[in-house]
Amino acid sequence: MSEQSLLLEIKDLHIEGRADETWQPIVKGVDLTLHRGEVMGLIGESGAGKSTIGLAAMGFTRDGCRISGGSIEFDGINLRKASEAKRRGLRGKRIAYVAQSAAASFNPAHKLIDQYCEAPLSHHVMSREEAEKDAVELYRRMRLPNPEEIGFRYPHQVSGGQLQRAMTAMAMACRPDLIIFDEPTTALDVTTQIEVLAAIRDIVEQFHTAAIYITHDLAVVAQMADRIKVLLKGDEVEEADTRTMLATPKEDYTKSLWAVRSHERKEQPLAGPGETPVVSLRNIDAAYGKAPVLFDVSFDIHARRTVAVVGESGSGKSTAARVITGLLPPSSGEVLFDGQALPTGYQARSKDQLRQAQMIYQMADTALNPMQKIREIIGRPVAFYLGLSGKALEERTRELLNLIELEPDDFIDRLPSELSGGQKQRIGIARALAAEPRFIICDEVTSALDQLVAEGILKLLDRLQSEFDLAYMFITHDLATVRAIADEVVVMKEGKVVEQGRKSEMFQPPHHPYTELLLSSVPEMDPDWLDRLLAERAAAGTEPA
Amino acid sequence: MIALRLGLGLVTLFVISLLIFGAVELLPGDIAQEILGQAATPETVAAFRRELGLDQPAYIRYFVWLGDVLQGDFGNSLANGRPITDLIATRLGNTLFLALYAAVIAVPLALTLGILAALFRNSLYDRAVNIFTLTSISFPEFFVAYILIFLLSQTGWFPSIANVSPEMAFSERIHRTFLPALTLTLVVTAHMMRMTRAAIINLLASPYIEMAKLKGASPTAIILRHALPNALAPIINVIALNLAYLITGVVVVEVVFVYPGLGQLMVDSVSKRDITVVQAAALIFACAYVLLNLAADVLSTLSNPRLVHSR
Repeated sequence: MSEQSLLLEIKDLHIEGRADETWQPIVKGVDLTLHRGEVMGLIGESGAGKSTIGLAAMGFTRDGCRISGGSIEFDGINLRKASEAKRRGLRGKRIAYVAQSAAASFNPAHKLIDQYCEAPLSHHVMSREEAEKDAVELYRRMRLPNPEEIGFRYPHQVSGGQLQRAMTAMAMACRPDLIIFDEPTTALDVTTQIEVLAAIRDIVEQFHTAAIYITHDLAVVAQMADRIKVLLKGDEVEEADTRTMLATPKEDYTKSLWAVRSHERKEQPLAGPGETPVVSLRNIDAAYGKAPVLFDVSFDIHARRTVAVVGESGSGKSTAARVITGLLPPSSGEVLFDGQALPTGYQARSKDQLRQAQMIYQMADTALNPMQKIREIIGRPVAFYLGLSGKALEERTRELLNLIELEPDDFIDRLPSELSGGQKQRIGIARALAAEPRFIICDEVTSALDQLVAEGILKLLDRLQSEFDLAYMFITHDLATVRAIADEVVVMKEGKVVEQGRKSEMFQPPHHPYTELLLSSVPEMDPDWLDRLLAERAAAGTEPA
Repeated sequence: MIALRLGLGLVTLFVISLLIFGAVELLPGDIAQEILGQAATPETVAAFRRELGLDQPAYIRYFVWLGDVLQGDFGNSLANGRPITDLIATRLGNTLFLALYAAVIAVPLALTLGILAALFRNSLYDRAVNIFTLTSISFPEFFVAYILIFLLSQTGWFPSIANVSPEMAFSERIHRTFLPALTLTLVVTAHMMRMTRAAIINLLASPYIEMAKLKGASPTAIILRHALPNALAPIINVIALNLAYLITGVVVVEVVFVYPGLGQLMVDSVSKRDITVVQAAALIFACAYVLLNLAADVLSTLSNPRLVHSR
């Protein structure tokens, strides 16, 4: 952080996006200065303009956006005035980009090494052989397994965390002066996230690369950045070096971000021994084709209780939900509803049995039919399960909208595309409630939402639960959400339940080693957390390979 | 997976042979009676039926027919008693020649036009190509054919009658069949070109295309290296459908240019009630369809690394 030469200087940047035939401002006059070897964290909720600014630092705008004012100067080159060919010459060579979802950003048709070599070859930085050799070296530094041969795989043959590291290696191929990291660990499990964070930080330090690190996760940015800039709706809120920002944020908005994980529901007492659980899984084994996924999974969910099912991706959380809903008949074991065994496949279940268990999905975007108005989306289950029509249907639909705190007159005739992410998720909740169920499966319902919005959804779910005596199964990988909403916790790993019990016990030691690993992997708002954790794990010899 | 697809292809062919045989079987009238005429005595008819094997139950006749077909023997024409295999061989050769000729022009042309249209999307070029190809597909084939005859045959550049014979030199053949080939090209290009353009443009919003742009890839590299390999499956399927059309759907063009192809033979045989020839031609057309679609499925599977290389 001593005197360094200036690398990137953005002044009074204005970017507009085309919406409804007019240009709407997305970024409203942001300044950004970055020196060589420095890491700047950009933080804010979705719609804050973080990614747009990150891309603008490469002289790039997405389709439907334009830079309408200000200047972007990269190492003395004015990116706004430079020709497209000149900008193209910088991209991949001197400024590189690491995208949020490596799985979507690697071309599925080419091997990793071919994609790695593309930039070095097209920018004439090195020959194919040199690039391949270099790739292996960078794969090794990114701590990828089998660095010699992993490049010769296709993207679908490599796990998400490994892809994200391969993408960072790819960004490093031409040894750029600046890398834009656009939420590089958001799509990863907490345990995988640590490995990727550590690898990214090491390599950025080794090559003295400057970086813009975009994220909505404060605890992550605290580990990565030298300075943090907070953005809100295209405007800068404040900027300071990381420690100052964490210790003494000046603006109210920043303080509200810092304090956001405050909702915590009072833990309900365990259900009495005589109480029949609403849903009960008994020794469930399940498989996709010949590949076994669940092994002897048993747990109960009682009325007015929330059971959080946690684990990494691939641990079988969602498969357990599919077994309960009858989408995936188990190979052995049974699902009880109010003590009665349910038919294993949904086709064999009665309409009433189907009505009792509803689901809310992670991606409200894709779970709502984009061609249907809210009236139809919510009205359909009301008509189908409860047989209401005409005026009664309309009234019930309006009542449901009131329940999810959306003004019926305002929303009933809108299309999903006319709603925000949080509003869409509320519609998803209303649709589940419309069937008047006793049990709702919430599959990662808040993980695609900003923290403040997610908090609102959690509070709503909480209120609905006490109003209607609902039982929730809450699938999540986010332990902060567990802390906020759960009564009981089921920890899953590789298709098995490794630990279950009350939340208060779960967050108290002693833990099962796997629960311990999950808990300790949740980033903390302390800039030294990652160093400390890595040191501890190295000392204990448990650092993941 | 590919083995499964091949197996399904065989099953489809088998079902088609059953359908064709069954359809002919359902036709009213007795073939022996038809040939011998009203004057024939019942004894003669019965004897003739035995000779033709018609006294056997249908399933036995089906398997005998199928067995013969598998050995390349389609039986004899009812009209003139000549072996159908001889009758069809030159005709099929001619049809395949014309289809191949048109395909060799149309497929590269359509792909190139489509890729360029994707590269310069919404430009003047894009619109011009779209208007031209859509216009040519919108006119009936015979109309396109007569326009071409008017433009290119009146001037004496190309003959308007594509009468070819087996002993004709290759260059002569190419020259004589140019107009029918060009007509077919105009008819099939639009479909393939528009699918190529749409399949590529459809992918341009993908995150990996944005990634390629951010790696500094040129527009050409983005289309050819990043979009095209992922767009192959729909393109291959449309090409296969059009190739099948070139083999089976060219009757009108053959008639206009008096080209001795299989389509014309089939139409003639239908009017002559030469059932066995119709049966054979139908089977060959069906095979062409099934085999080309089979090839398309196998190729599009091979073009997708996710299906070729398991995890």
